[in-house]
Amino acid sequence: MAEKSGYAAHLRTYLTGYVLSVVLTLAAFWAVLAVGRENKSVLLLVGLLGVAQLAVQLKCFLNVTTRREGRDNLALILFSTLILLIIVVGTAWIMGNLAIRMHTTM
Amino acid sequence: MNGNPSTSNPNVNPGQLPGAIHKDPDMVVFGFWVFMMSDLIFFGVVFAIYITMIGATAGGPGPRELFDFGSLFAQTMLLLTSSLTVGIATVTMKHQRSQASFLFWVVVTLLLGLGFLTLELYDFSQMAEKGGVPQRSGYLSAFFGLVPLHGLHVSFGCLWMLVLIAQVWKKGMLDIIKLRFLRLALFWHFLDLIWIGIFSIVYFGGWVYG
Repeated sequence: MAEKSGYAAHLRTYLTGYVLSVVLTLAAFWAVLAVGRENKSVLLLVGLLGVAQLAVQLKCFLNVTTRREGRDNLALILFSTLILLIIVVGTAWIMGNLAIRMHTTM
Repeated sequence: MNGNPSTSNPNVNPGQLPGAIHKDPDMVVFGFWVFMMSDLIFFGVVFAIYITMIGATAGGPGPRELFDFGSLFAQTMLLLTSSLTVGIATVTMKHQRSQASFLFWVVVTLLLGLGFLTLELYDFSQMAEKGGVPQRSGYLSAFFGLVPLHGLHVSFGCLWMLVLIAQVWKKGMLDIIKLRFLRLALFWHFLDLIWIGIFSIVYFGGWVYG
């Protein structure tokens, strides 16, 4: 029945999200532990894997969509993310510059 | 949020919500999203402090001496799995499976959350044994400002679950309790999102750059 298939479909969404998250987490751990000591650019890969996992969890666990009914939620999240990026990137930029100009190591 | 009674949220049964208290379940959930985004900004500020403090170890122990990646991986898996089980509980509730199976998945989530907290506290005690205490350096102050803040959120989530289990036990699956659980599930998923930032930036970033 329709009710039954809905149950299975919802369950499958969560399981898909879980499996994808586990794979992305394993990839991040593997990347850092395999080459992290020698190569700092591995952090770029970790960042990309992290963003991918955020996207997977927002879609599969938190049901954030681009559908019209869910637009308010999405607008709120995007606006908060903008504020967050200004705070975090701005802080890292200014304090990093300060550290270089004061000749302190960071 | 147009007051349409047929909710867009796939987790609520719109027909059963008490209209006198909450006309629109979407509105309630949206309000909780606003809270979570304010919490996200709070976390963002503490993350920013941590990033500027990487390397400021003042001769004390740094990430390379202190971090235990085996324990970190176990914590990550426990939290991720608890996010799945709280999702299964949500689906169980939405499709009106038995109250027992709903409670079962909430209890599983609670146990996974408590397992995560136990490992985290053990980790902190191991760090303290190696001299990694908050007052040792700016770096460690920033670390202990951020990671236990997340742990505190998990603790409150566990407390919330205990209260919710007691309410379901005593009063049954009332609609208002369903709506409370919906917000708890959002809160719990959100903690998993923050944890992605913690293992990527705090642990991996600290380890590679520290």
